[in-house]
Amino acid sequence: MKTITLVINGEASTDKVEDRLSLADFLRDQRNLTGLHLGCEHGVCGACTVLVDDEPVRSCITLAAAVDGKTVRTVEGFEQDPTMAVIRECFSAAHGLQCGYCTPGMVLTVRDMLKRQKCATQQQIRIELSGNLCRCTGYSGIVKAVEMARDRLAGETNQQAK
Amino acid sequence: MKAAATNYYKADSVDHALSLSASLGGMAKYLAGGQSLLPMMNLRLAMPEALIDISGLAALREVRLLENGLFIGAGVTHAMIEDGRVPEYGAGFLQHVAGGIAYRSIRNQGTVGGSLVHADPSADWSTALLALNATAVIRSDAGIRHVPLGTFQTGLMETSLEESEVLLGVLLPILSVRTRWAYRKFCYKVGELAHSLAAVVIDPEHELALAVVGAAADTPYVLPRVSASLRVGLHADAVALPSFTQLVEADLAEGTSHEPASYEFHLHKTIITRAVSEALTK
Repeated sequence: MKTITLVINGEASTDKVEDRLSLADFLRDQRNLTGLHLGCEHGVCGACTVLVDDEPVRSCITLAAAVDGKTVRTVEGFEQDPTMAVIRECFSAAHGLQCGYCTPGMVLTVRDMLKRQKCATQQQIRIELSGNLCRCTGYSGIVKAVEMARDRLAGETNQQAK
Repeated sequence: MKAAATNYYKADSVDHALSLSASLGGMAKYLAGGQSLLPMMNLRLAMPEALIDISGLAALREVRLLENGLFIGAGVTHAMIEDGRVPEYGAGFLQHVAGGIAYRSIRNQGTVGGSLVHADPSADWSTALLALNATAVIRSDAGIRHVPLGTFQTGLMETSLEESEVLLGVLLPILSVRTRWAYRKFCYKVGELAHSLAAVVIDPEHELALAVVGAAADTPYVLPRVSASLRVGLHADAVALPSFTQLVEADLAEGTSHEPASYEFHLHKTIITRAVSEALTK
């Protein structure tokens, strides 16, 4: 067992974890943050995506013990985030989700893509999202949602600049 | 699936990592990014008794431009290279390779050293860095030794790293700004491990001309005849000729066990040819 101290969604947290426990299972089972989902448990589907120290990682292939001292943000931690609000509205408007299982991982990945400005073309969007699998939508609504969010955020930036 | 029980240790220095490993009788695996090890643990293909976390070691994240080359610490992540957080090298070769590895969230954790020691012949760095004639820099209690990457990779998922050693980083030779390179992968799905990959690096100023094929054999394979033809100044127009195709076929026949009439052979031939063509038309 290990004791880990981290900041989860802005709140300090100290916990005891089994050495082998994944960050995903820790957050879901011990912290009740069930927004992240387990799709494959070997790092290929992206449904478990969370942010560690502001960077997206796959929580199913991260050990809880290994994030001692770090900052973790799950989808629940973006309630007040204005960028995430835009992303969620666009996902809804463009039919970027059906069952919602992949969605928390999707929107966190999209938020990072927008931050790194990797949404210039449909092809680039599709390449950047290739690590997030969706079994429902066929992806076209998701790509549309990303384009919509990109354009809306660019429009808002232009507004602010004026 | 869930990983089997294990014991997690966090190293606070390279020396500490080495002594922990020794005290655990070689039953521990080093944990860097964990992007290859943890999937295997979750699938119970790997069940190490102990893990020694070396991901926090600043000493493994050093990047130093030396007189004889660029040293990249084993703990440098693919994302660090993708984002240009290491010195510009080889006219963008490293950055291009790094940006094509798996997915961004993998790249944020996965390390160059981890990939090289995992030694999957379908992975990117093993092939790409071999085309640079890179050297593995290895540390043990006895000190540091250098091993050419071609010798370091000994077989499928095997390296010559001893139990008492840890990979410190790689040393990449100095390249001129006129270096021509190409790096091609064939995947059905973006981000998956490649079914074929070819790396070509040509730098006459430093007498470097190498063509390497990955995912074709137990280790990445330096193509001897193709590399020799690049060394003597193969022209872009000659790539389409049967004389060049025969070189590729002869190299593949010698270095891999794929039947010449097979799909795999044809795939490798195609990817190699495209990479050579691309490098020569730069």
